[in-house]
Amino acid sequence: MGVNHEDPHGDHVLPHGRALRLGIGGPVGGGKTALVAALCRSLGLAHRLGVVTNDIYTTEDADFLRRAGVLAPERIVAVQTGCCPHTAIRDDIAGNLDAVETLEKRFGPLDLVIIESGGDNLTATFSRGLADRQIFVLDVAGGDKVPRKGGPGVTTADLLVINKTDLASLVGADLTVMSRDARAVRHGRPVLFTSIRRDTGAREVAEWVIGLLEDRPRERHVADRTRTASETA
Amino acid sequence: MSDTWQTGPGPRRKRPDHMTIVSGMTGTAPPTAGTVMSATGAGAITARAVIRTAAGPGGTTRLETLLSDPPLTLRRTGPARVHLVGSGAGPLGGDHLTLDVDIAPGTALEIRSVAAMLVLPGPADSTMTVNARVGAGASLRYSPEPTVLAAGCTHRLTVRLSLAADAEVFWREEIIFGRHGERPGRGHSRFDVTVADRPLLRQDLVVGRPSVEGSPAVYGHARCVGSSLVAGPRWSARAVPAIGNDPPTAPVQASGDGWTALPLAGPGVLVSALAPDAVELRARLTRGEEAAERIAAGRIVAW
Amino acid sequence: MRERSAGEAALLLLADSRLPAGGHAHSGGVEEAIRLGTITGRDDLAGFLRGRLATAGLVAAALAAAACELGAALADVEDMEEDVEEEDADDACRLWRRLDAEADARTASPALRETARTQGRLLIRTARRIWPSAMLDTLARAVPDGAHHPVVLGATAAVAGCEPRQAALAAAHGSVAAPATAAVRLLGLDPVAVHGLLAALAPDLDGTAHAACASLGGARSVEWPGLPAHAAPALDLLAEGHRRNPLRLFVS
Repeated sequence: MGVNHEDPHGDHVLPHGRALRLGIGGPVGGGKTALVAALCRSLGLAHRLGVVTNDIYTTEDADFLRRAGVLAPERIVAVQTGCCPHTAIRDDIAGNLDAVETLEKRFGPLDLVIIESGGDNLTATFSRGLADRQIFVLDVAGGDKVPRKGGPGVTTADLLVINKTDLASLVGADLTVMSRDARAVRHGRPVLFTSIRRDTGAREVAEWVIGLLEDRPRERHVADRTRTASETA
Repeated sequence: MSDTWQTGPGPRRKRPDHMTIVSGMTGTAPPTAGTVMSATGAGAITARAVIRTAAGPGGTTRLETLLSDPPLTLRRTGPARVHLVGSGAGPLGGDHLTLDVDIAPGTALEIRSVAAMLVLPGPADSTMTVNARVGAGASLRYSPEPTVLAAGCTHRLTVRLSLAADAEVFWREEIIFGRHGERPGRGHSRFDVTVADRPLLRQDLVVGRPSVEGSPAVYGHARCVGSSLVAGPRWSARAVPAIGNDPPTAPVQASGDGWTALPLAGPGVLVSALAPDAVELRARLTRGEEAAERIAAGRIVAW
Repeated sequence: MRERSAGEAALLLLADSRLPAGGHAHSGGVEEAIRLGTITGRDDLAGFLRGRLATAGLVAAALAAAACELGAALADVEDMEEDVEEEDADDACRLWRRLDAEADARTASPALRETARTQGRLLIRTARRIWPSAMLDTLARAVPDGAHHPVVLGATAAVAGCEPRQAALAAAHGSVAAPATAAVRLLGLDPVAVHGLLAALAPDLDGTAHAACASLGGARSVEWPGLPAHAAPALDLLAEGHRRNPLRLFVS
């Protein structure tokens, strides 16, 4: 699939005939891995999932997910990024594409492959050649000014998740300010507040992902039905 | 001309007509004389020694041909064992030595040497070539003492090892970078191994060149390099490496300090070792050879 | 005949570290050598790169040159015949597998074989989109899990319009450029000083490419067994150690 230049924010048509590829990015410690685990808990029963992790130290995140027991261990693949997690999701996505295709080949067809980036800075975003949609994860402990600072991750991600709301009062973060600033720079794209520690299934985020899965074109299934009908006739 | 060829275990036989001596050397030298004569500067030597087995009665191995050609002097030292005995010092620069080994189907042989082969400088490069064929169901164990590249030498070692599909081989090579305290001579070994005409292993090792000397990528600070190849059907059915980057789940003990046992793409394992001295090199190779046996027994999953 | 004048520009594209084919994640043994303390600075790195070029670099260059020669010959056949006979395609698959088997025989370390195949798989995925061709499709079909990287590099070079010597040069360059970059990242070395090391190796890169092509001529597979097979025992040890180290940043 190619980049849609008409629409830099990626509202391009979702793929059919293969898994939806969902990128999850954001700074270190915001809760990316916790969100992946939460999505596996919420979606794992009804959907066929695979996970690719890009942690700086190879298997750290993959091991966390395997220990968490949210997904069969063999469905989690770790990709090394040679000190450049950013490069691996944006400039040279070959290693991640290979991991995604390996999962699809081994377990396919899949509904959803989640690609978790290594922790990076606010400019890190996924190439549209790798992720069909992307979530950017911040936490309140990083300071309530972060959404105002913007950066491609905050402004262009298809969904901004602000995590660890349970800590807001402890770190003096004003959620109202964060919400207002985020909405101001995101031109209507959604923002969700979560506390994955309390809501271990990240219910609202999961619903957003289910919405994506349901929005996917149905041509293939229609074609399947047509063929079945003609065969029956 | 040295004459230590024997047949066995049956009665002694006449040398077959087809056997000719390539060497220009003449005379009935004692087993160690080749070394002495080449060292006296009698001119460059071209020598070709031959070992051939044949199937004896009741599944035994008969030495059909054992043809020495100084300084390559062969002696039978056991029912299925031959020693190279004339290699104490030599070859000298300019010498071209060849050993042809033919292990007939269903037979077994071990080839060893009594001492290290010290390669000395001379007016030209020296070469040592070993051509070995191991037939169906046959086995060959080749474990000579090390080759020492003395300062100033330029030596070329070529081994062509051709195995039938179900032949088994153990092949050890050790190269020492110069005698104690001296700089290494120049060496280039080339090892080509095929199984049923398919390539199993091809390796050049270059020693004593500025490009590789002291390089942490090649030998580091080692003074010796060695390898043991084990190949045969026992190594053909291995766990296939998984696609992806997940760490191996099985306990792996196929590497240690300065050695590693490398399961090849084909039916074999190459043990590779680097060491500061010859004693340590042998110890490391031995550890690797034991690991290779564990791989054959399936006790190490060779991911 | 195919147009060859594109060779030089295509060579630049192939050798550019920005070619999106996963090269950025490979240290070629440098990460493990640093962990073990055998590379601590610029001088160690210089020796490492020199030895790597003379061994793994030369072998990669020779395989890439052979693959380029074969790829160009196969592409010429495809150009001449609109409908490639199934028999020809089978022959092409067989030839690719034979060259790939020669690469296997020159790569004793399973870790390095896996690395080479992974890199080959990544490169052919990228190359088939940039330079679509029946020849690359055949190679991908012949070795579905990924041919060795130098084989894919040579085939890609052929379809991009490079000569075998240029394919060899790209392979030789890659064999030292990637480890040099990794050392800059891992040791915080002065990138200018490290590029100085690469510049000092430039004549050796040319020499390696020349040596890699010395035993070729006419895409005849009969020559492949004799191609250089220079081994680097330390690289094998490093690769096996690296493979077992869970705390690693690079694939190799």
